[in-house]
Amino acid sequence: MTAVASTGAAAFLGRHEGLRNRLPGARVAWVEALRERGASAFRAQGFPTRRVEAFKYTDLAGVAGQVFGEPLTSVDDAPALPDATHPRAVFVDGRFRPDLSTLGELPFAVRSLAEALPNLEGRIGALARPEDAALVALNTMLFEDGLVVDVPAGVDGGTIELLSLAAESERAPAFHPRHLVRLGEGATLTLIETAEGPLNARYLHNPVFEIEVAEGARLSHGRVQQEGREAFFLSTVRARVAARATYDNFTLNAGARLSRNEIHVALTGPEAQAHMNGAQLAGDGQHLDTTTSLDHAAPNCASRQTYKTVLSGRSRGVFQGKIHVHQVAQKTDGYQMNQALLLSEEAEMDSKPQLEIYADDVKCSHGATVGALDADQLFFLRSRGIPEPQARAILVGAFLTEAVEAVAEEDVRAALSRALDAMRARQGLAAGLEEA
Amino acid sequence: MPAVTETIETVQAVTEGGYKWGFETDIEMEFAPKGLNEDIVRFISKKKNEPAWLLEWRLKAFAMWQKMEEPRWAAVTYSPIDYQDSHYYAAPKAGPKSLDEVDPELLKTYAKLGIPLKEQAILAGVEGAGESPSDSGRMPIAVDAVFDSVSVATTFKHRLEKDGIIFCSISEAVQEHPELVRQYLGSVVPQGDNYFAALNSAVFTDGSFVYIPRGVRCPMELSTYFRINAKSTGQFERTLIIADAGSHVSYLEGCTAPMRDENQLHAAVVELVAMDDATIKYSTVQNWYPGDAEGRGGIYNFVTKRGACRGARSKISWTQVETGSAITWKYPSCILQGDDSVGEFYSVAITNNRQQADTGTKMFHIGRNTRSTIVSKGISAGRGQNTYRGLVKISPKAHGARNFTQCDSLLIGDQCGAHTVPYIENRCMSAKVEHEATTSRIAEDQLFYCRQRGLPEEEAVGMIVNGFAREVLKELPMEFAVEAQKLLQISLEGSVG
Repeated sequence: MTAVASTGAAAFLGRHEGLRNRLPGARVAWVEALRERGASAFRAQGFPTRRVEAFKYTDLAGVAGQVFGEPLTSVDDAPALPDATHPRAVFVDGRFRPDLSTLGELPFAVRSLAEALPNLEGRIGALARPEDAALVALNTMLFEDGLVVDVPAGVDGGTIELLSLAAESERAPAFHPRHLVRLGEGATLTLIETAEGPLNARYLHNPVFEIEVAEGARLSHGRVQQEGREAFFLSTVRARVAARATYDNFTLNAGARLSRNEIHVALTGPEAQAHMNGAQLAGDGQHLDTTTSLDHAAPNCASRQTYKTVLSGRSRGVFQGKIHVHQVAQKTDGYQMNQALLLSEEAEMDSKPQLEIYADDVKCSHGATVGALDADQLFFLRSRGIPEPQARAILVGAFLTEAVEAVAEEDVRAALSRALDAMRARQGLAAGLEEA
Repeated sequence: MPAVTETIETVQAVTEGGYKWGFETDIEMEFAPKGLNEDIVRFISKKKNEPAWLLEWRLKAFAMWQKMEEPRWAAVTYSPIDYQDSHYYAAPKAGPKSLDEVDPELLKTYAKLGIPLKEQAILAGVEGAGESPSDSGRMPIAVDAVFDSVSVATTFKHRLEKDGIIFCSISEAVQEHPELVRQYLGSVVPQGDNYFAALNSAVFTDGSFVYIPRGVRCPMELSTYFRINAKSTGQFERTLIIADAGSHVSYLEGCTAPMRDENQLHAAVVELVAMDDATIKYSTVQNWYPGDAEGRGGIYNFVTKRGACRGARSKISWTQVETGSAITWKYPSCILQGDDSVGEFYSVAITNNRQQADTGTKMFHIGRNTRSTIVSKGISAGRGQNTYRGLVKISPKAHGARNFTQCDSLLIGDQCGAHTVPYIENRCMSAKVEHEATTSRIAEDQLFYCRQRGLPEEEAVGMIVNGFAREVLKELPMEFAVEAQKLLQISLEGSVG
């Protein structure tokens, strides 16, 4: 009798074995083949250790050592939902819940991946290839559902929300949603994504996004990661941006015990643009990692990145960001800034910006700073009668604002500001001047 | 963009014409048999008449090396090195006693390397020469000349001894000052530090040894001139510099090798130790043979250089101008242990034709109020690949530590690459780390400005490149600064001018 592994890569591979006939698309040949690709890539790679350069600063041993269960097939009592300001798709434990969603009449198609799966051949695994990343491989062999958004050419899709919730449960569920977003030529869309769950529940959320932005289209993608403090959040975004198209991504990375937020954008047509901004707020016991890569694969493209990290308590922040300029990508304009504030003696920030440049007619730069709050600025505020905790909070707010202000889309900026204020309050970093 | 087109054309037109030190000296040599094993380690140790502890130290390193795997993480590519297909010891037959007896070939070698006649006599190993004050009235430079595996001469030793300064080859130091060597050898770069350091620890042959006593300011620049001459050899030099409390020394290092189709390995280890209030300034002009335009031949320069600021307020400053070698792979580093100690790294690295460089520094901030400055200028031309890789690590107790890093890359031509990979690890709230990097090509308007004033394009580009590298070049001692400027120009010959 063979023992069934309960943790680590073996447990997930075992789950794939056990579920292969029940997962969506089980009798569709190409889906089976794709899952098999995922399984063999994950078998080969396992959970990356710190010896893998990309995971030098983020140890997944904590995830690998956990016992995770299946999400329940149906959740009877719906969790409390935050107010919706826009059409919203709701996922609970990685599964689409039409009963909780309020999508209404939209001028474009929004589908559940589980339902649409037979018609999605060639769309899954093209951008996020299981062979390229272990966490994508894990997702590929086990995904059950996701959101499929197609905005046809020339259509303004307005704003939609994607809310991912984890249900209160003792099962420590692991879920691996796969989301596909495609904008046709000249289309526009604002997508506000929120991931949250019960404060003390343990679960693994491993979403993968594959995003295609066709010529002249514009996607604004705001993300709020405020998972519970015992959660593991391992997410991958892969986007391809065509000529004259724009992809805006802002990620607020603030929840979870361990969060790895990977964003990979390829600019594949001339004059494409990417704006990638983000803020990370880590409190005691949290490890937050943002890892980006920007592939300049066409001439005359521009990219802008600003990432801010604030660390308090015994926390750790990681930023890794690579700008890769291919030889054809002449006239590239690339800029990246990442800054971190250490608010406690026990915090640690690891930062690895990276330029890899093979074209000569380019303008690329990056900058990085890590340090404490500026003593002079603090003194300035204190000398005007502002108590120290508030003065510190004001400076933290100003530090973070710089990244939020880079967001062009108003809906996104407003949502992010709200979320940021809430997270700061949770961590005792709110200015609280309103009451004063 | 006529200027750019022209630049690229020039890159293609001129090839290896620039390397002026590529000749070979035909001289009677003594070799160890090819191959690498314990017997070779014993052979080298015996040749050098070393004490038992040092042989044991070497054998331990060799055992470590055998268990290690060759690292592959650098952004450089090369075909596997056959460690058995090389001589690990090569030395000219016994040295001469007077100028008349000097092997004319050895003499010619130094003449060709451009060292003035008087110094030439010194370099050829004529005792007593050059001890008179220099004609120019300026303080002369004391030189240790290392030819393949041995130091052939060290000058101004007697003058330096008056101040209690020890400047000699490391082989001689093992004989004359074993207690110092034993105390410090491997104390900054342990035998098992990395693959190439372990190899060096097992088979190192010569290099320089410097000890500056308490409170002494070394009255002249010290320098070592490394020359690889023999075929199918590697050079594994070991340099150890100790600056005792309150002392000050400036040390220069230069190197050249013949033009050959084979690749030769140069795996050196340099260790610096600075005690309280001591300062060590270490400057390198690295001009090993870079290989031809197609990437045939050239030196693999895989070097471990590290300095320990052990004392409070001590300072170690690395300045390097890397123009040669087929592959340069090194990170001169500082361990800032003493409170208020200072580490500096100034670097210019040029890759032209098929040259590759993966270089930078590591700054370990351990003591309070430690400060470090990193200025790196990378220039890529032809099909060269140039990577800055660096680490700034602040430990939890390094209160008030401060780092500033500036990495700039200049691209000349669209077939080359420039890469920047800094690692920043900060575990101390009151420390501040700042890093900036830029990549661009020579600005059209700057070129136009120079051309418009009648400068040929080659000269204009040379001038702009020198301006780009100025922040680093100004850190060099004057003798080297002039040479380095010329070198920059020559290295880019065929790519720009």
